[in-house]
Formats: sequence, structure tokens, C-alpha cells
Amino acid sequence: MDLITILQVLDATVRLSVPLLLACLAGLFSERAGIFDIGLEGKMLVSAFMSAAVAAVTGSVWVGLLAGIGASLVLAGIHGLASITFRGNQLISGVAINFLASGMTVLMAQSWFQQGGRTPSLRGAARFNDINLPYVDQLKDVPVIGPIYADLISGHTILVYVALACVPLTWWALYRTRFGLRLRAVGENPAAVDTAGVSVIGMRFAAVAICGVLSGIAGAYLSTGLQAGFIKDMTAGRGYIALAALIFSKWRPWYALMATFLFGFLQALALRPDLLEKVLFVKVQVQLLDALPYILTVVILAGFVGKAIPPRAGGEPYVKER
Amino acid sequence: MTDATPAIELRGISKAFGPVQANKDISIRVMPGTIHGIIGENGAGKSTLMSILYGFYKADSGEIFINGKKTAIPDSQAAIEAGIGMVFQHFKLVENFTVLENVILGAEDGMLLRPSLAKARQQLKQLAEEYELSVDPDALIEDIGVGAQQRVEILKALYRKADILILDEPTGVLTPAEADHLFRILENLKREGKTIILITHKLREIMEITDEVSVMRRGQMVGHVSTANTSPPELAELMVGRKVLLRVDKKPATPGAPVLQVRDLKVTDDKGVHRLRGISFEVRAGEILGIAGVAGNGQSELLEVLGGYERGTGEILLNGQPIDATLRHSNGRTRRESGISHVPEDRQREGLIMDFSAWENIAFGYHNAPEYQQSRLFMKNAAIRAATEEKMQKFDVRPPNPLLAAKNFSGGNQQKLVLAREIDRNPDLLLVGQPTRGVDIGAIEFIHQQIVALRDAGKAILLVSVELDEIMSLADRIAVMFDGRIMGERLPDKTNAKELGLLMAGMSGEAA
Repeated sequence: MDLITILQVLDATVRLSVPLLLACLAGLFSERAGIFDIGLEGKMLVSAFMSAAVAAVTGSVWVGLLAGIGASLVLAGIHGLASITFRGNQLISGVAINFLASGMTVLMAQSWFQQGGRTPSLRGAARFNDINLPYVDQLKDVPVIGPIYADLISGHTILVYVALACVPLTWWALYRTRFGLRLRAVGENPAAVDTAGVSVIGMRFAAVAICGVLSGIAGAYLSTGLQAGFIKDMTAGRGYIALAALIFSKWRPWYALMATFLFGFLQALALRPDLLEKVLFVKVQVQLLDALPYILTVVILAGFVGKAIPPRAGGEPYVKER
Repeated sequence: MTDATPAIELRGISKAFGPVQANKDISIRVMPGTIHGIIGENGAGKSTLMSILYGFYKADSGEIFINGKKTAIPDSQAAIEAGIGMVFQHFKLVENFTVLENVILGAEDGMLLRPSLAKARQQLKQLAEEYELSVDPDALIEDIGVGAQQRVEILKALYRKADILILDEPTGVLTPAEADHLFRILENLKREGKTIILITHKLREIMEITDEVSVMRRGQMVGHVSTANTSPPELAELMVGRKVLLRVDKKPATPGAPVLQVRDLKVTDDKGVHRLRGISFEVRAGEILGIAGVAGNGQSELLEVLGGYERGTGEILLNGQPIDATLRHSNGRTRRESGISHVPEDRQREGLIMDFSAWENIAFGYHNAPEYQQSRLFMKNAAIRAATEEKMQKFDVRPPNPLLAAKNFSGGNQQKLVLAREIDRNPDLLLVGQPTRGVDIGAIEFIHQQIVALRDAGKAILLVSVELDEIMSLADRIAVMFDGRIMGERLPDKTNAKELGLLMAGMSGEAA
């Protein structure tokens, strides 16, 4: 196997990891504040649809991105209202959001564009295009480093770099700022936050809103960066995979990066069944490769990979005790 | 210090939770630089009142004056700004945060944590020297003891510049030595001019440390007295509304043959933590063996393994007959059948099913008894109801209505219901854990009488309690547990709280 092939697989890994990473960080903010979010999938899906639809109509991907984030925020608001304000069951609220998103996106796509539940393909400024980092041309011919820089590091859409920058940013916000301290506290013991004179509801809504923005970007990336348009159920379980990665990463940003890259790598492998055959000398069923990320998800969610301790107040609405 | 303006004045505070009137038209004045006790039974409304003062609950009506100025306290933020700090009964700490992080939470100086943490570290050092409030600032809360956790709560309040400190049942989780330490801290704070409100149901603490006392009963304020001019019996009478006996009236025990013999009993929990590290003791007929100790030192596991729902290893003999501690040939049912009755520590989780009615709860554990069985399939419900009503009369459960759900009885009456079920079976051995936790003084008196009566009938009783006073007054012999071991045995009239306190803290004194 040559360097080019390896780089191709890694390049695909990066592209496929990005939506998982963004969704995983979205979930991290929400769950660290004590709000479980099964609805990542749904939020990504509405954003994927809305950003593609608005980009197709306006011709501007940036307007599309904003619309996608807006749509995701609306669902995040519903989840917040149900689980924070009305103290409902967070899992049920999340599942409802996923159903809502799955049905609504196709319905709206059909009624707006009449193309069988998809949006028109996006071209030019209606899509996030790959950008070349500086000095690509000069470095291209340097052995090893050249191709790595040109093919792996450079040549992604802006959202890829945004997602990667979110990892240190999340870490910094979580562990170095007042906001992060309060966010983590509210997921561990909301009563401590309440008696310290900080609004539990305010903190949790802030976390849910950040979760909405990040899953919005994740969804927009799917339809305007990774692909060129929206198709039915295009998130394909990525929200659940992100949740598995979140547990795998024990709710920590840097681990989230590693966990989502692992899933991204498995998805990238599924695109190149020939490679595995070359390395392992056995023919692997394509279907099995396709299923690998999901199998890993099930294994992680079933708790086979170490003990992960979730935020202690996770999943429980805050009620002042009597 | 003039007595002109009180540090805190509450006027006409009322608060209802649904149909329950927790506070009814309460007024109180607390003078600056004093330690003011608020005493009352469980459910008298003390904690609610203080939570209103701290902005945790909103009063339905009434006014709050701080240093003579009318102040609205809609939330805890406002209370903190008014200089009020509160140490709750259940600490409000983030377990996996460090001490420092807990102290600054909500009182950070800016967006970034680093400067706040540095400042807090400096201040903590100062406070530690000033008030004997030392804790390791970098330790995680879950790694430090309850005494230290409580000091963190006090530090939190002082870091927020509190002048008025409210402590809700602060000694419930402390060893006597830790409680003494706390009282020294409170004296230091008072000397610095701070005002302290101490909520408790323990008369001894009120007498020991307060300057003034306010007594609450059923949501109302029933009296204000200065501590120097009152006595425990007078306070108890105010709390309960009638004369109560504070000492248990009992004759010396006449122990007979050993009923329960335990040798080298060990319990290891699911996580591999050794809860009981090989304990041995015996309880004779006609005596009460009291197990003292701070909660969480293996007492619960001891009751569970004897009650037949926790696996252990070692030898258990009941009336000379071996009982299988590993639960392979024995369980809760066979234990009951062989004459062991069990009043569990937590009546709401182990003793009763809260949503079930009194008669169903009375049948539990004894539902296989022939007098309750119609046939293999059906139970004699009417007979059980009749038996329940009789037991309720006998054990003074109010109201004596067998159809009422367990959750609708007060704490004391729930406990009497459990006792009625267990004692009325006339067991050879009664295991009883925390018999009066959360029970009002009137009911305590009754429950203690019942336990003593069972002893006088020649039965063996193993009493586990974290209330040292209860152990000292009820038990005929006292064993002190610490970290899964029995640190020593004492006779109640040949020991004192101080010596037992040392044993409870794991120090086997030279006098041992």
C-alpha cells in the first residue's frame, strides 16, 4: 500500500469524522450540563435540510448555514422547553425530535422542490468548497511532507477547520472559564449551583443552545460540504454514533476527537473494501464493513468498553427538594 | 453590641406546600453577634423557614429585615448579597470538583478561572488560620470526610463575605469530636462579630452553644427564650406541646442465654470494598446490645447480612443453631421463620412500600403465615385488615386506618407501623436500625418504651443507631463500630460520650 492510498483513506477519515466530531461536542455541552440529548440526529437532519434548501434558493451557502443553525436551534429550544422548563423525560423528548425531523424534512423538501424529498444539487457558492492552505503549490513536490500537507491537511472545507478548532476551544471553555466551571457543576449537582446564586435553568438553556449551534453546523456540513444537497435521512444514524463516541470519550473534548476519528476511520474503510482485501488477504463483505461503525456503537453503548461515569445529575430535571 | 437593631428580623412569614402549611405567620428576631438556636421536631418547619431566608424558597407572605433594613430575597443571589450564608443539612457541593473550585463556584471574579482560584487559595489560607477551618484546597470533595466537607461549606459562605451564617442540623453526620471542632469554629466566628443561626433538634447542642433559642412546633413559632434561663425539659415540652420523658425509664437488664452469636463475620461489597472486616459479638436474651458509630462504618451491612439480604462469610448462631451467612441455604424468609425480626434503617425504602396501604405493609414478610393464608392462592385479606387494625391500636399508630397508604402517615407513625409488624411477632431476636431517625420526640418516647418492653420480656435486641444519646440511654452494652470493625465494647454507665467518640473516630484509646 502506498502513501497516496493511505493519505486517501485518512483524508476520507477526516471528512467523515467532522460531522461526528461536531455532533459529539454538541452532545458534550448538553450532557455536561445534565441534559441528555438523543435528539442530536434530528437536529443534524433539520439543519442538513434547511441549509441545503436555503442555499439552493439563495445561492449562498453562508445564508444556508445560518438557516441550518436556526432550524437546529428551534429543535434545541423545544428540547430545552420540554426537559428543563417542563421537567419532562429527556429521552422521550429527544426521540420525539428525531421522529419530527425525519418526517418533516422529507415533507418540506417534497413540497418546496418536488424532487422526491431531496433538494436540488448545490453548485458553486451554494456549497462549501475545499480551500487550499497557503504554500500548497510550493510544498507539493517535497517528498512525504508535501503530499501530506497538500492532500491531508489542506484542501478541506472551512467547516472542517472550524470543527477541529472547536476541540481546544471546548476544552478551554470547559476547564478554564467561569462558564465551564458552572456548566460542569450544573451537570454534577445543580443544587450546588442554585445555592451559589447561579440560575440552573439559565445554565442549562445556554448549554442546550450551544448544542443546537454545533449540531446545526454538523448538519450543514453534511449537505453543503460533504455532499451537494439534502437527501432523505442523510444523517444515517450519525447522531447516535456521536452519542456512542461521547460515552467512549468519557465526556472529554480531546478524547472526543480521538473517538470520532476512530468512527470516521471505520466509515472511510467501508468506502474502500479493496484495501482491506489487499492487506488482510481475505474478502470482507462490504455490508459488514458498512455495519462496522454501528456495531462498534452498540458495543460501546452496551458498556463493553471500560466504565464511563456520566455527569451525575444527567437526565434528571432539577427540582428543589422539599 | 447594642440590642437595638436585630441582624435578622422576620415578620409574619407564611409558606405552604400544597395543602401543607410549613410555616404559619412566623416572626423572629436574631441579634447580631449571637448564636441563635432554632429547635423543633422534624417537620416543624425550621428548614423551610431558613430556606426562605436564604432565598431557596419564596415565602407566600411576610417581610424580611436585615440589619433593620427591609430586604427582598427572591433568590439565593440576593441572600448572598445581603450577607447571608447557609450550610445545608445535605451539603451542596460538587463531588468531583476540588475544594477550591467549590468555593469559587458562583463567586468567580471574572470570565477566567485562574485569577479567582489564586485569590481563593490565598483567602482560604487566611480563613483557615483565623477560624481553625483547615482543608486541603486541592483535594476532591469525594475524597475528604464529612467534617471537612462541612468546613468547605462554611468556607464557601465566608468567602462570599457572609456576616450571618445559617447551619441546618450541622452535627447529624459528625462524630462527637468533629462536632466539638465545629462548635469551636462557631465560637470563633461569634467572637469576630458574626451572627449564627443553628437549626437542630438536639437539646444538648442548644444548651451547649446558643445564646437565644426559638422553638417551633407544627409550622408555628411557640416560644423565644434565652438559653441561660431555660432547661432541656422545658424546651422539650415547648417542642412537643406536652411533658415528655427525656430519659428512658428502665430496670437493669437480666441477661440470659446467648441468642445471637456472631463470629468473624465479613462482608465485601460488589466493588470489592470490605464493609465488615471480621466482627464477633453476642447478644443475650433480655439485653439490648447497642451498636454505635458514624453512619457508613459497616452498621448497615451488619443489619443486612443478619436480616438475610446481604451475602457474608463467617459464623452466625441463633439459639445455638447455625445460620448460613452466604445466603445459599438461607434468606430473609427463613430468617423470619427462625425468629429474627428486622426493623430496617430506612423505613421508607426497606421497611415499607410507601404506595401500599397499611394492611398490605403489615402482611409483608409474613404473608406466608398460616393465619394470613386462605389457600395456596388466596390471602385472607379481611383477617389481615382486622389484625392490622388491632396492631395499630396497640402501637398507637395514628390514624388507625388499615386502608391508608403508608406514605400518608407521618414519619413517627410509619416507624410505629414497622415496629408493630416486627415486634408483635414476638421474635427471639429483634434487629433494629435507627429506630427514631426523623421521628418526633413524642413518638421516640413510645418507641423506646416498646423496645425496652420487648427486652424485659426476655428477648434479645441488636440496636444500631448513629444517635449516641439513644445508644447511651437504651443499650445495656455498647459496641462501637469503625471501618467494618468493632473498636471496643463498653457499659453505658462506665463510659462517656468522649470515650465513645474516640472509638467512633477509630482511635482505640489506651483506656480500652
